[in-house]
Amino acid sequence: MSLFSKNNQETFFNPLSSSNPVTVQVLGICSALAVTAQLKPAIVMGLSVTVIMSMSNVIISLLRKTIPNRIRIIVQLVVCAALVTIVSEVLKAFAYDISVQLSVYVGLIITNCILMGRLEAFAMQNGPWESFLDGVGNGLGYAIILVIVAFFRELLGAGCLLGFSVIPQCVYDCGYLNNGLMLMPPMALILVACIIWVHRSLNKDLQEK
Amino acid sequence: MKALRNFLDKVKPSFEEGGKLAMFRSVFEGFETFLFVPDTTAKRGAHIHDCIDSKRVMSMVVIALIPALLFGIYNVGYQHYLVTGQEMDSCGIISYGLACVLPKIVVSYAVGLGIEFIVAQWKKEEIQEGFLVSGLLIPMIVPASCPLWMLAVATAFAVIFAKEVFGGTGMNIFNVALITRAFLFFAYPSAMSGDSVWIGTEEIFGLGGATNVVDSFTGATVLGQVGVAQGVATPVLTNAVGGQLSVMDMFIGLIPGSIGETSKIAILIGAVILLFTGIASWKTMFSVFVGGALTAFLFNQIGTTPIMNLPWYEHLLLGGFCFGAVFMATDPVTSSRTECGKYVFGFLVGMFAIVIRVLNPGYPEGMMLAILLMNLFAPLVDYFVVQANINRRLKRVKK
Repeated sequence: MSLFSKNNQETFFNPLSSSNPVTVQVLGICSALAVTAQLKPAIVMGLSVTVIMSMSNVIISLLRKTIPNRIRIIVQLVVCAALVTIVSEVLKAFAYDISVQLSVYVGLIITNCILMGRLEAFAMQNGPWESFLDGVGNGLGYAIILVIVAFFRELLGAGCLLGFSVIPQCVYDCGYLNNGLMLMPPMALILVACIIWVHRSLNKDLQEK
Repeated sequence: MKALRNFLDKVKPSFEEGGKLAMFRSVFEGFETFLFVPDTTAKRGAHIHDCIDSKRVMSMVVIALIPALLFGIYNVGYQHYLVTGQEMDSCGIISYGLACVLPKIVVSYAVGLGIEFIVAQWKKEEIQEGFLVSGLLIPMIVPASCPLWMLAVATAFAVIFAKEVFGGTGMNIFNVALITRAFLFFAYPSAMSGDSVWIGTEEIFGLGGATNVVDSFTGATVLGQVGVAQGVATPVLTNAVGGQLSVMDMFIGLIPGSIGETSKIAILIGAVILLFTGIASWKTMFSVFVGGALTAFLFNQIGTTPIMNLPWYEHLLLGGFCFGAVFMATDPVTSSRTECGKYVFGFLVGMFAIVIRVLNPGYPEGMMLAILLMNLFAPLVDYFVVQANINRRLKRVKK
């Protein structure tokens, strides 16, 4: 079986759209609400989840035949916890400001439902390479949604992108005001709902009868 | 009347499926049934037929809103003239009020009905008439200086996310007009609360204009003044230029506030129209006042902050309490439907409105949040009322 067979391609690309962890499976919503007020933390969060998910998928996949069935969740948790700690320390060392902004949410990646879901549903049954692709695909699928939500929240809520103000002063002079509601968590939920709405109206087979 | 009917009959075919103007079918139908009682009846589902359909109900609510609206227009102009220190002349007052309020009404209807038309045409449904009332309520519950673009954004948000996604008129969980206001309140707090938004001081269409705002000008609403007061006793309540306010002034309503909410006389006329025609439930309305009065009375007894010491009858007269109780808590779609449930719903609305006012210094007015909160719980109230009824009857069977 080649590295980029049709099956493997599906493993990688499906989570980006037709089985997206956030918009289709509606997992990982809590962190999507919490870290998307600005674009920068959202990107870092998305990347952290991608890294942790791909690595933990590979590790669990390598161990899958030796893990006793009854304690598999604990083993998965230990692997995740170790990786989350590593990522958290790396962020503190090299991107301190962002790690302060993300605060507990990096640590809480361990409880991210997508992570445990993929380990349980995919890595326990498949080889390391497929699991790696699945982890990267799901991580990126999560990251895309985070970035889209954060883009709109930062643009409309603060008039900035990545911290640079992009709405010209003359617009403010005409009476424009930033939308404070965009910075509050409920608006992230409504934006995710809008993405789901658009996504489903484009993909007819996702619509429920 | 006959000529109009003949004209409508003549142009009708071109709006039907396949006709030249089929894309405006829903608009035509909405207009036709607005003017004339439709000649069709419900085909299924409805078991009780009434000669009054929802368009007639909505029109009646609009009529009930007119006194408060007219007074609001006058009050906007009056407050403007008061703070700019110009000589009062009724012509100027009314024209400034009209220039301030009419564009808001136009924007609210244009945006809301525009979205309704598009959705109706897209889903091949009839235009639903619910926005007739919401569209008039929205301009009446915002401050006089609310910018039109904000109103448009908020109206669009409310109509799409509070109404159309739930399935349109009659399916919404929350009162659409209040969602508009809540959106404005949280999205643009600087334009929706504070001391400087309640009185229009800017020139509109060349009318008015703050040439010389008087020195002692404070635009705070009465509740705003009580909210920021220090100490224990209620402060002396003043109007925009420092004159003392009596209870009578609060009742008549020449005080700063949202456009339609200030005059209790006008709201009373509206309430009488609604109750007389049987459109609003007296049970809801009455119990809102009871709930509010009891809670405020209780806080009077505790009395450790200025707002706790505000007499209970003034609590009921100030802010949007009356307006909310008469026009918003009684919304037949979002309030409880069981007869017992209406008492519970109304009582809790009144109670929470006062609790939010008194205990949360961030929100000097609590009516909006109280009604929205209870909108959410109305089905639960209904559920318990129905269950209690079922249990009572079950007991009778078992005996």
